[in-house]
Amino acid sequence: MPKLTIDGIAVEVPPNTTILQAAESVGVEIPRFCYHDRLSIAGNCRMCLVDVEKSPKPVASCAMPVGEGMVVHTKSDRANKARNGVMEFLLINHPLDCPICDQGGECDLQDQAMAYGADRGRYHENKRAVKDKYMGPVVETVMTRCIHCTRCVRFATEVAGVPQLGATGRGEDMEITSYLEGALSSELSGNVVDLCPVGALTSKPYAFNARPWELRKTESIDVMDAVGTNVRLDARGRQVLRVLPRVNEDVNEEWLADKSRHAVDGLRYQRLDQPFVRKNGKLQPASWDEAFAAIVGKVRGMSGAKFAAIAGDTVDAEAMIALKDLGTALGSANFDCRQDGAALDPAVRASYIFNSTIAGIEQADVVLIVGANPRKEAPVLNARIRKRYLRGAFQAAVIGDAADLTYKYDHLGTNADLLSKIADGSHPFAAALKNAKKPMIILGMAALTRADGAAILAAAKTVADTCGLIKDGWNGFNVLHTAAARVGGLDAGFVPGQGGKDTRGILDAAGKGEIDVVYLLGADEIDTAKLGKAFVIYQGHHGDRGAHRADVILPGAAYTEKDGTYVNTEGRVQRALRAVFPPGDAREDWTILRALSEKLGKTLPYDTLAQVRARLAFVNPLFAGVDKAQPAEWKAFGAAGAISTTGFDYPVKNYYMTDPISRASRTMAQCTEEFVLAGSKKATGTHG
Amino acid sequence: MSTRSLAKEQPASFAFNADMTALSKRIIAKYPAGRQASAVIPLLDLAQRQEGWVTKPAIEEIARILDMAPMRVLEVATFYTMFNLAPVGKTHVQVCTSLSCWLRGSNDVVKSCKEKLGIGFGGITPDGKFSLGELECSGACVNAPVAQIGDDYYEDLDYASTGKLLDAFKRGETPKPGSAIGRDGAAPAGEAITLTENPTPPAKQDFAAAKAAFEKAKAEAAAKAAAPKA
Repeated sequence: MPKLTIDGIAVEVPPNTTILQAAESVGVEIPRFCYHDRLSIAGNCRMCLVDVEKSPKPVASCAMPVGEGMVVHTKSDRANKARNGVMEFLLINHPLDCPICDQGGECDLQDQAMAYGADRGRYHENKRAVKDKYMGPVVETVMTRCIHCTRCVRFATEVAGVPQLGATGRGEDMEITSYLEGALSSELSGNVVDLCPVGALTSKPYAFNARPWELRKTESIDVMDAVGTNVRLDARGRQVLRVLPRVNEDVNEEWLADKSRHAVDGLRYQRLDQPFVRKNGKLQPASWDEAFAAIVGKVRGMSGAKFAAIAGDTVDAEAMIALKDLGTALGSANFDCRQDGAALDPAVRASYIFNSTIAGIEQADVVLIVGANPRKEAPVLNARIRKRYLRGAFQAAVIGDAADLTYKYDHLGTNADLLSKIADGSHPFAAALKNAKKPMIILGMAALTRADGAAILAAAKTVADTCGLIKDGWNGFNVLHTAAARVGGLDAGFVPGQGGKDTRGILDAAGKGEIDVVYLLGADEIDTAKLGKAFVIYQGHHGDRGAHRADVILPGAAYTEKDGTYVNTEGRVQRALRAVFPPGDAREDWTILRALSEKLGKTLPYDTLAQVRARLAFVNPLFAGVDKAQPAEWKAFGAAGAISTTGFDYPVKNYYMTDPISRASRTMAQCTEEFVLAGSKKATGTHG
Repeated sequence: MSTRSLAKEQPASFAFNADMTALSKRIIAKYPAGRQASAVIPLLDLAQRQEGWVTKPAIEEIARILDMAPMRVLEVATFYTMFNLAPVGKTHVQVCTSLSCWLRGSNDVVKSCKEKLGIGFGGITPDGKFSLGELECSGACVNAPVAQIGDDYYEDLDYASTGKLLDAFKRGETPKPGSAIGRDGAAPAGEAITLTENPTPPAKQDFAAAKAAFEKAKAEAAAKAAAPKA
C-alpha cells in the first residue's frame, strides 16, 4: 500500500486511491466542484488542484492516483494561487446573482469563493448569458449560473440510467441541456438539484420559498414507498417546505425519489383538520366529543365480531398497535394491514421481508424479478440494482411486463406460471440461479395480490430452496413492498387473529351486513363501495377515498407531524421525528385511539409515547432494535397451488400518485401530466 | 462561433443508402465489440456526406445503430464545427479567418466571397448552390489565406483569385485544389532562399575499428575481473 505525506501527515492508503480521497481520510479538506463520491471522476473543474513535490505543475487531486512517497501540500502558496486562479476563471462567467438565487446560503461556489475568491474581479467584458432549459416539472434551471461540472450529466447517465442530459457545444458555448429540451424522465430527477454545486439547477416547487437558515431541520423517514428513505424535513412555521435525503449507506445512500421529495406540498391541501360526523347523509363538522359520542353510541354493546379494522399504507406502527389493542379489547379479531390483499404469511417473517437487504443487492450476481417494477415501486432500490449492474458480471431476469428498468435484463415472459417452471427446474433459468454465487429473487406486490398469490409465494419459496437462494450468510428471497406501513403492520401483528377476517373477508362481510363497524386507519386504497351499509370510522389526514365514505372522521397526523416508527421492506425499524404540528384539531394517531378507548370503557394501558413503544417491543422485540435490518429465520411457509398463466396487474400505475398525500400534491399533478399523460399535451419548451 | 443547436426545420426521416450502409458497417467493424460507439464521428460524417448536413433523424438513427443515447450523438455533432447542423449549399465555401489567414489578407477573401455570392456568413444562395461559412484555424497557415470548399483547400488566395475560383465553381467546374499562385505544396514562393546548397553528409564511420576497440576493452575488463582470484 502506497505511503505518502499530505500536509506533513503520513498516510498509508490502498493503491488506486486518489490524492483527494487520501486527504479526506486524514481530515484534510480539498475544495471541489465536479468531484462526487458516487459519480465517475470528470476532473474538469480544476478546483482541487494541489501541490505535489517534484511535479512541474499543480495536480488535480480528484483524478490523480496516489504514488509511493508522494509529498503533497494542499495549503502551499502554489496550491492556493492555483485555486485562486481557478476561482477567478469560474467567476468570470458566473452572474453573482446570489441575492436572487435559491442556492444562496447552501452554495458550494459561494462558500468556496469566500475561501479562495478575490474581493473584486479583473474581468471587464460582458459576461456570457445562456438560455434557460426545460428539464421537467421539478427542476428549475438558470443556466447562466452553470459552471459545467457535469455532475448532473453523470448522475443522469450513471445512477438514474436515463442518459438524456448532456453538454452540447464546446468552450465558451458549452451548455448543459436535455435531449431536445425534454423533461428528465427519471423518478430520481430531483437529485440533480442536490448535486448541483451552484444555483443552475434548483427545485422548481421550492423556488423562492425560503432561505436555508430560516428552516428548522428534522430527521425523518419517508413513507411514499417501502424503502424507508432517510430524509430531512425542512420546515418553517407550520409548513414543511422541502424534503432532502440524509445519507444512509444501508438504505438510500444519498438519493431520494421524486415523489418522496416533492409530494410534501400535498400536506397543505385536502387536510382533515377537525372531526366530522355524518348527519342526514352529509358530513358535518363536529367536536371531538361529538365524534367520539357517535362512535361510542354505535360500538358500545356491539358484538366484537362485528368490528373490523384496516390499516393504510403510510400508518406508523404506534397507531397500528393501539388500534389492534383497542379492537382486541372490543373482542374482535378482524384486522388487516394488507389493503391490497397480498398473500403474505404473517407468521414467518422471512416470507415478507427483503431478506438480502438493500445493501445486499450489491453482492448479488443473479436477480430474478417477478411481478415487480422496482423503478416505479422503489426507485432508490432500483438505483441500487443498476449500480450492481454497472459493475458487471451480473444477470437480471424479469417475469412480468417488459418495462424500462434502466438496466438490461432477460425478459423471460409475462406469464406468471413461468415461476413454477423454474421451481420444478424445467426452465433454463433455474440453472442460472443454481450456478450463481449469490442469487436473489424479488417478488413484487403484483405477484402476491393476485387470486393465486399464495401459490406464487409457495413457488417462489420452492425456487429459493431448490435453486440455492438460501445459503450460509445469504438469503436471496426478497419481497418488495409498496407500502411504508406494511412490514411494520405485519411485525406488529396487525393481521387477522384466530378466526378473524382479512381485508377481502372484511369487505365481503361488510357488504353482507355481517360486520357493522369498520375502522379505517388511513386506509384509502380499498374499494369503499364494497363496505355496504357498515358504519365507517375513518382516521387519517387527508380527505381522500376513505374519508368520503366515512360516517365519522377523526383527523389524524401525517408522517411529518408525528413521532412514528416505520419498518421498511427489508425489515429495518426506523424512527421518524415530528417536524411540525398537525393542522387544526388533528392529533397524533395513537393519542386519538387512546382517547377513544377511554370513552369506550376499554382504556389502553399507555399514556406516553415511550409506553406505546414499550408495548410494541413487548409484542415484537424487533421493534427495540432501531435502525438495524434484523435477519429473519428461514422457515416453512406458503401453500402450493396452481398458478394461472395470466400476466400481472401492477399496483403502481401512476408513480406520481399512489397515496392520499401525493394525490393532493400539485407538483405530483404536474409530474403526472408531464410523464404519465404525455402525448395528450406537449411540453411548452423553455420557460421565460 | 456561437451556440450550435439543431435546425428548426427537420426532415421526417433518415436512412443510410446502400453505399453508406456498406461503408458504415466497414467502419463499425474496425472497433471491438461493445466499443461500436467509437464509430460515431465517421458515421456522422457519412450522414453529412449523404444529406449535406446532419439532421435530427440522422442523429437518432446513428444512436440506434451504435446503441448510444441520442444525447451522446448530439454532443459530438455540436462539438465539431465541421458538422453542419443546418442545410448548406451544394458548394460550401468556408473561409479561414483565424489569425494567420487574417494577417495574410483573409478579409479580402471574405469580401470577395460576399460580393460574388451575395450572401454573408451562414447564408445560402437562393438557388441553393452556394453557402458561405467561417472556419477556425484550418491548420494550413503556411499557405494563408485559405478557403475550404468541399473537402479541398484552396490556398494563397487574394481578392482576385477568390473571385476567379468562385466563377469557376459557378460554371460547374472543379478547379484544381492547392495554391492559387502555383506554389508546390508548402514550398517557398519563387526561389529558395535558404538551404540552397546540398547538405553536408555525415562523417563516415569505421564500424570495424569501433568494434575491435570495444572487443579489446571487453577482454581487458574480463581479465581484470579474473585477476584477483588468481
